Amino acid sequence: MRLLRDRLIDLLVVLFGVSVITFLMIRLIPGDAVAIMLGANTEVTPDRVADLRARIGLDQPILRQYISWLGGVLTGDLGVSLWTRRPVTAEISAHVWPTVQLTLLALVMGAGLAVPLGVLMARLRGQGWDMVLRVTTVAGLTIPSFWLGIMLILLLTTFLPDLQMLGYVPFLQDPLGNITRLLLPAFALSLPILANLARLVRSAMLEALSQDYIRTARAKGVPERAILYRHALRNALIPFVTSVGIMTGYLLGGAIVVEQVFAIPGLGRLILGAIAERNYPLVQATILVITCGFVFVNFVVDLLYAVIDPRVRQGA
Amino acid sequence: MNRIPRLLLVSVTAVALMIALAVFAPLIAPYDPLAQSILARMKGPSTAHWLGTDQFGRDLLSRIIHGLRASFGISAIAVSVALVIGGTLGLLAAYYRGWTDRILMRCMDVIFAFPVMLLAIGVIAMLGPGPGPTAIAIAVVYTPIFARLIRGPALVLCESDFVTSARCIGASDMRILFIHILPNLASVIVVQTSLLLSAAILVEASLSFLGLGTQPPAPSLGTMLAEGRNFLLLSPWSAVFSGLAILILAFTLNLLGDVVRDTLDPRLRGEQ
Repeated sequence: MRLLRDRLIDLLVVLFGVSVITFLMIRLIPGDAVAIMLGANTEVTPDRVADLRARIGLDQPILRQYISWLGGVLTGDLGVSLWTRRPVTAEISAHVWPTVQLTLLALVMGAGLAVPLGVLMARLRGQGWDMVLRVTTVAGLTIPSFWLGIMLILLLTTFLPDLQMLGYVPFLQDPLGNITRLLLPAFALSLPILANLARLVRSAMLEALSQDYIRTARAKGVPERAILYRHALRNALIPFVTSVGIMTGYLLGGAIVVEQVFAIPGLGRLILGAIAERNYPLVQATILVITCGFVFVNFVVDLLYAVIDPRVRQGA
Repeated sequence: MNRIPRLLLVSVTAVALMIALAVFAPLIAPYDPLAQSILARMKGPSTAHWLGTDQFGRDLLSRIIHGLRASFGISAIAVSVALVIGGTLGLLAAYYRGWTDRILMRCMDVIFAFPVMLLAIGVIAMLGPGPGPTAIAIAVVYTPIFARLIRGPALVLCESDFVTSARCIGASDMRILFIHILPNLASVIVVQTSLLLSAAILVEASLSFLGLGTQPPAPSLGTMLAEGRNFLLLSPWSAVFSGLAILILAFTLNLLGDVVRDTLDPRLRGEQ
């Protein structure tokens, strides 16, 4: 319980900081942000500048601006999109699902394959495999997922010209089409985390296998399989879980880029479109929403950590 | 074991080669990266153009060498800035502990709470696209990472006897920090800088790919990939080679960091 309270305080402090930084984003734009925003769409006149400034509340003292902005955020009001005048929350919820789905699918693929792969890598240790495995995992870590995506498209259009792989269809409309279209981008996105997590599982397994309790298990005749999966893997998974939380941040960022490659109408497209038309309130709100999502995921992972590892629960 | 590990030799050579390519790009590149030739558009590899040409007939090899210079340069500057600022903050936090530590690291935690790409995009949204803002964006996102990476080992060092001795003979805080503690962190710094530089190359390439980094017609690996993608089915060479160049650059730097870490870490050395 004390752990839960400490984590909650951490969470609130970080969320407060995140809110201050995203709030300041528009205010820190060099030059007159309002004129820059207007310049993207219309002629800049003093009247229009004053009007827009009042509309987004930039004419108020900064502390009052923050309080009313935060009040809006807490009650689910993220402002209005500059040009369409639709609520920002509506814009975001129209684009959030493709990104969430892509991120989750990539996470499941990457993390799911990393465990067996990491165990395999730990078993192959020594036998001349080390260097091969190392070079392969480093290559996996550093392969740009957007390039991998483009290369996959190139290969598949050459060999399977009829395959529909670009775009997005909602799951409820066409479940099969939804999954098949997301498989490729999710694979491209997941490769670096697969390499990263597999390496982590490998070294955690090697560490776990060198512990005394493994020798005890061997001494009392536990079968090797059970030692590997029951005794060693369980302990090896503890650092794995923390990393999975951090990886979601990478995936959310990577998704923005991969979405562009596969023409998926997710948050990436939303934020890039908003930047192009200098729709700063929309950029700000999208960043805030994604970051809060990421912070919550890590909060949950931290708590999960305590559930898996009794030492954390008692020690903290 | 005095023999230098083979992989270390290979990765050091590869990184040195990359640096040489970037530094001497104008001397090495066979053509002007901006010179167009309408007659030689979208050609595959040939003896005249080793990697082929792009949609304006520009030589791909020359563009890739210059693009490598841009990507490497931007990332290296950004990572150095992040290392100096983040590293100093991490050192100060570890040395002074207490409130200094708490406040500094909390600020770092807040920046760290943003997904890397997202914060970088946010910074560029504010400053406008271009190589300068890209470097600033990368420096901002990597500062807290360096602060955390340096603080950990620095905390251990601050507890060691030689620091206490230095303090006893009246060495100033700055002297202890930068003359006594910093050199002991050299291996951590080398390894992490190399690994983070590799990651920064990928971030820079992503940003340029999205049209937020280096602007055309200046050659940049990410921009070339984005342009090549539009002509993917007509002439895939531009997309294939520019992406491959990003991969090779990031790969060599990452491998170097990885191998150096194992070579310096006595616990891992025995494994080989």
